[in-house]
Amino acid sequence: MTFAVVVFPGSNCDHDAHYAVERVLGQQARFIWHKETSLDGADVVILPGGFSHGDYLRTGAIARFSPIMAAVMAFAEAGGPVLGVCNGFQILLECGLLPGAMIRNRDLKFHCEIVGARVDQTDTPFTRACTVGQVLRLPIAHGEGNYFAPEATLDELERTNRVVFRYATGAGQTTDEANPNGSLRSIAGICNEARNVVGLMPHPERACQPVLGSGDGLVVLESVVKALADGGSVRVASS
Amino acid sequence: MKARVFVTLKPSVFDPQGHTIAEALHSLGYGAVGDVRQGKYFELDLDVASTGEAEKLAAEVADRVLANPVIESFRIELSDTASAEAGQ
Repeated sequence: MTFAVVVFPGSNCDHDAHYAVERVLGQQARFIWHKETSLDGADVVILPGGFSHGDYLRTGAIARFSPIMAAVMAFAEAGGPVLGVCNGFQILLECGLLPGAMIRNRDLKFHCEIVGARVDQTDTPFTRACTVGQVLRLPIAHGEGNYFAPEATLDELERTNRVVFRYATGAGQTTDEANPNGSLRSIAGICNEARNVVGLMPHPERACQPVLGSGDGLVVLESVVKALADGGSVRVASS
Repeated sequence: MKARVFVTLKPSVFDPQGHTIAEALHSLGYGAVGDVRQGKYFELDLDVASTGEAEKLAAEVADRVLANPVIESFRIELSDTASAEAGQ
């Protein structure tokens, strides 16, 4: 199973993702420079965290026009599993694969800490090995992770069970204190209608071994291996 | 032809930066300043023949790239480069 880790100028969690996939998960990982136009037959695509193009204009706003994004869009539309982490999530929002937008954290501070991310949906390729209500301890590191979408979009996300992760206490409560950035409805991660594209602000790839402070993130990567092995609802796209 | 594009957060979107600036102004004694909304400003040099084309191009660029329609709206002002320079 091959994971494509897309590298944009300014990506800085690309190596974390590569390490987690190869050294911890035991699968193949390959870096793909953003100027490439093919994903080279990868089974999973990861858009990693970082500050692509220096966050100029808006986070993810320039990266969405990178040459590789046409291949990522086609891969996603064909049902291939795509995971966007942090800046990768922001890119997925900007390119329209996921709805909504990110604004500045409500306190204007850059938050670098471990938070609780409650898994609300397990029928996505990236949460299949989780249990509903499971709280993952994952790091966040962002200044613009305050999820915004119009009320109608938020209602639609809830109605279609597409809020995959919410910021929560260790006991699984979505309190205001447990919400680090002011995200509406404590949203930490969502998926698309077909459920194969998942974006989240917390970093599962940076929490794959206890020595890193938490091993809770590994289940996200294990999930996609399971999803692909099971076949199931995830179609493997080739491009 | 020059286009000035003003991008601002929609009224329904919370603007933490504008809010912080307003608080700072209030603490400096500028009580008459009410709300503050922060935005972005772009100057585009357009190589087009007519005002209509300029308007169309600037609007397309603003909608597709400069603003994120989910959270932002934009306003465009056009000016003839030649007359603007003559006025300086």
